[in-house]
Amino acid sequence: MPDNPVACPDCDLLQHIPLLPSRGKALCCRCGKVLAINKPGGNERTLALAIGAAIVFVIANAFPLMGISAAGREVDTTIIGGAWAMWQEGNQLTAALVGLCAVVAPAGYIMVTMVVLVAARRYPSVPSWVGELLHWTKLAQEWAMAEVMMLGILVALIKIADLATVVIGLGMFAAGTLIALLAAMAINFDPEEIWTHVQWTDDGARLLANSTQTIDYQEAKK
Amino acid sequence: MTAREPMAMPSGLALCKHCGLLSKLMTTHETSYCLRCGNELSFRRHEAIQRTWAFIIAAAICYIPANILPVMTSITLTGAEDDTILDGVVMLYATGSWPLALIVLIASVMIPMSKLFALAYLLVTVQRRSLKSNRERVQLYRIVEFIGRWSMLDVFVISFTVALVQMKPLMAAQPQTGIVFFAAVVVLTLFAAQSFDPRLIWDSANSMENRNE
Repeated sequence: MPDNPVACPDCDLLQHIPLLPSRGKALCCRCGKVLAINKPGGNERTLALAIGAAIVFVIANAFPLMGISAAGREVDTTIIGGAWAMWQEGNQLTAALVGLCAVVAPAGYIMVTMVVLVAARRYPSVPSWVGELLHWTKLAQEWAMAEVMMLGILVALIKIADLATVVIGLGMFAAGTLIALLAAMAINFDPEEIWTHVQWTDDGARLLANSTQTIDYQEAKK
Repeated sequence: MTAREPMAMPSGLALCKHCGLLSKLMTTHETSYCLRCGNELSFRRHEAIQRTWAFIIAAAICYIPANILPVMTSITLTGAEDDTILDGVVMLYATGSWPLALIVLIASVMIPMSKLFALAYLLVTVQRRSLKSNRERVQLYRIVEFIGRWSMLDVFVISFTVALVQMKPLMAAQPQTGIVFFAAVVVLTLFAAQSFDPRLIWDSANSMENRNE
């Protein structure tokens, strides 16, 4: 494995990654991009964190984040309530974006990561659809903006605090915990480790037979 | 740039953007696919320069109505008031929370604008085949990638304000057209950053080397 060259995704420099110690990091020697991190047991921890995140996600979405009371009246909102209010006020595009970044993408990220990690336990040969799902975890992670949402809620609260009394709900504490769990998942997740066990496509084998591509480095090692 | 820094593309090797496998890519064939994950292989992101320019220009156009048009209307007993993004910042400052005003100002006004300038600078230097400060330019790109999501802040602020302040006729908040343009700026700048390929920064050094040989 250390004999295979890798290309830096940010500067295309070919280089070799030495054997890394536990928790060790390899940086690109030209541009400083992190090329590899050795995370022993990272995916096991990620699965545990993902199960926790799924539970906390349900709580964060089921209970009100916060409420305000003024002149004897009370209003409260959940996470999806923010997108729903936008939708009802005739701003469907923005509502869809808020729903995507606050609910759909985080939920998708947690669920797809769980499926990938459970399927990847079918070691040593991981089915190729897991590879397709790995791409979706990356996409969902890019659009999951729970931490930005949290800061947005805080700014909204401070704006409103002048007008009415603000009450913090259970959903808010759960959302705070969710952000910590999502960050911990991202740190521990090791897709590289899964990719090394994913079965190669039939297409790949056929293309190889038709010699559209020459044997690449990884294949030559086998 | 010293010679003998082997790069993948001149060696005919392409990194799969899905699974990160390094494969030989035959330019004689129309399309090659990654042997591991079956996705199409290419040396660089598809049409990176044109696509990034297109997203930047679209975002710059939306940036104007996003800042001029009101994003929210606050209705109180004394009447209705339209607020633009900057009005929101001023209001936060006036109510005494200047750190928050600064955060919103940075996230909503300064980040989208500096992203546009930073990406335009990267594109111009790539197109002029600049050889200078490659490392700094890659770092600039990484910052752009990292901070982009925080511009979504104001979209969330408006959403949750609208969701909570629903006490007609005492007080109410309604979103306005400006927020759609603002959300468009955020999404378009995110797409612009994703379309750019930082490896292009290093390609000009490589082509210069070949010319000298």
